[in-house]
Amino acid sequence: MAVTIDNSPETLAPAQSTLRKMTTRSIAWLQAGPMTLVFALFFLLPLVLVVIVSVWDYNEYEMIPALSFRGYTDTFEGCVANLPELCTILKTYLKTLKLCLLTWALTLMIGFWVAYFLAFHVRSKTWQIVLSLLCTIPFWTSNVIRMIAWIPLLGRNGLVNQGLVGAGVINKPVEWLLFSEFSVVLALVHLFTFFMVVPIFNSMIRIDKRLIEAAYDAGASGWQTLVNIVIPLSKPGIVIGSIFVITIVMGDFVTIGVMGGQQIASAGKIIEARLSALQFPAAAANAVILLGITIIIISALTRIVDVRKEL
Amino acid sequence: MTDRSKKISISRRSLLKGAAGVAGLAGTGTLLSAPYVHAADPKVLRYLGTAVNEGDEIAKKCLADTGIKIEYITATTDDVTKRVITQPNSFDVLDTEYFSLKKLVPSGNIFPLDARKIKEFNNITPVFTKGELPNGKKIGGQGTAPWKVLYLDGPNSKTFSAAPTEYVTLIPTVYNADTLGIRPDLIKRPINSWAELLNPEFKGKASILNIPSIGIMDAALVVEATGQYKYADKGNMTKAEIDLTMKVLTEAKKAGQFRAFWKDFNESVNLMASGETVIQSMWSPAVTKVRSMGIACTFQPLKEGYRSWASGFCVSKAVGGSPKLDWAYEFVNWYLSGWAGAYLNRQGYYSAVLSTAKANMTEDEWGYWMEGKPAKNDIKAPDGTLMEKAGAVRDGGSYDDRMGGVVCWNAVMDENDYMVRKWNEFIAA
Repeated sequence: MAVTIDNSPETLAPAQSTLRKMTTRSIAWLQAGPMTLVFALFFLLPLVLVVIVSVWDYNEYEMIPALSFRGYTDTFEGCVANLPELCTILKTYLKTLKLCLLTWALTLMIGFWVAYFLAFHVRSKTWQIVLSLLCTIPFWTSNVIRMIAWIPLLGRNGLVNQGLVGAGVINKPVEWLLFSEFSVVLALVHLFTFFMVVPIFNSMIRIDKRLIEAAYDAGASGWQTLVNIVIPLSKPGIVIGSIFVITIVMGDFVTIGVMGGQQIASAGKIIEARLSALQFPAAAANAVILLGITIIIISALTRIVDVRKEL
Repeated sequence: MTDRSKKISISRRSLLKGAAGVAGLAGTGTLLSAPYVHAADPKVLRYLGTAVNEGDEIAKKCLADTGIKIEYITATTDDVTKRVITQPNSFDVLDTEYFSLKKLVPSGNIFPLDARKIKEFNNITPVFTKGELPNGKKIGGQGTAPWKVLYLDGPNSKTFSAAPTEYVTLIPTVYNADTLGIRPDLIKRPINSWAELLNPEFKGKASILNIPSIGIMDAALVVEATGQYKYADKGNMTKAEIDLTMKVLTEAKKAGQFRAFWKDFNESVNLMASGETVIQSMWSPAVTKVRSMGIACTFQPLKEGYRSWASGFCVSKAVGGSPKLDWAYEFVNWYLSGWAGAYLNRQGYYSAVLSTAKANMTEDEWGYWMEGKPAKNDIKAPDGTLMEKAGAVRDGGSYDDRMGGVVCWNAVMDENDYMVRKWNEFIAA
């Protein structure tokens, strides 16, 4: 970032005289300093520690700082021996990816149209803010409360089943509404659509309205305007929203656990089970694997759209 | 003029930028420097444990009786263990289960208490000290039974002593015999065996506890009940036995036997109360809670017996040698002196010193909770809500019947690492 310092004497306040002595460079460092420090302390350092611990050995109650790849080899146990049957880790990741893909597709669809409505159909800024805030409602309750709240709705004797039975659509309650992949995806979409709405809305609101007028004047249909103008210009928002949703869902174990009745495997749950058993190096190894896979997905996404260039 | 104002705004901007940077750094500086620590108030003990035993009434009564202020630190069973291992300075008194001692004692982070300083130590029920009922009947000892891990060889020893010594790992406080909770109104027939948990009749309506080491023991009880296998020790399986047990569980899961696994007290109450499950492993107060909602629920005694658990007190190694150690002794002595024991007994648990608890309960309460007699008057919870109407008899009957029927204790296996991996495989199946 280029910083210009004005040295003309008539604008100098007393405090500025000291500043003047500083070079452009040191101010830039000063500005970036706090963030760099926070980033290094609370992100880079823990990450490095996780990677180091992942190659340690462990016993029932402590980590042993001796090089061991046990955490990794145990994780991939049976992946070759059990072929053609899939091993635990592959099954788990396939399930996680499936849930992630479903959640991503649904949040994108819903999030895009909500953002579209907010950006192009709601004229008043106040209403845009009020409606955006409405999207945060799912965050007002804790996960446990939410699970308890879903039972009266989706449960065997819940409102939905009673309604369907009452209306004669089904003759006995359906079980897959709760503690199933359906309920997991429902809860994830319910929670995380907001993370799609915000960045897409942010991209859309910055689209020059004259472009849309121009398209209209040039005879483009609504669909053509959408496909050729709105979607391409919303791409950065779509990618940022996707990064949010994918990273959160890949690492989630609470929502999947609670809504899946603890019977659905997820990458996060493997880590949790290891942590609960005090097997920190094995948990760290799984965290490193999860991180690697998530980075691959994200870098593939950013290859499609260069977010930094578009912003 | 326009030109001039522009120049000013630019310089103000660079000034602000510089100032923001300095302020940012200063802010970080404050964050990093050690905060000022206030001297601790006299007689405060930080009490780490699970929510099960951390009643507000106990803390209030303790403050009134002894002047010791109890600050609860509440965590799940697993997190309590994790905290002891990783942050031994973050608590003073530890309330935990005997099965976690296999991890806690070798870590050296807990300080054993001296039996000679515990007034009621010799009155502690022989369930803990000898593995038998007060009437002399032997109790099943599979798993991490408390008497196997009650004593240490010496004050700083990391090995358990089979013979009594004065160094006690955990001063016994509370224990119970766990079994299946059922909804008799929905099952409509007698249940008397662990085998029913995996009976296809209850497909999609069963649940187990989502703690691997406990879930696998419930499964082992089912395996034995159906006659498929007889374990040498259900609480310490070989790899082959773990494989066999997990196979049974996996088949049941694939067939859709389980509605959900629960980890939290309230989850178990809700699953049962809503009718999502009709048969599941459960805790005694959870059954009581469902019943207090007006829903039929039975803590069903089963012919194969109960799976038991027990917990007690020790202190952090950081407390050893400090004045807090004396307060800890004072607190533990108060805890065993009767009021707290009666409070625990009225929740459906059992207190470690029976004689002092009895002195703090009415004859009718003692008869209902401990002797399996029909209640003469309504039985009320510690907070005064109605639990059972007059004439009710406790599920499973008397103390001797229930504790005498224990076959195994919550445990950590030698093959725990393997078991956790198999559990993840089971969840992924």
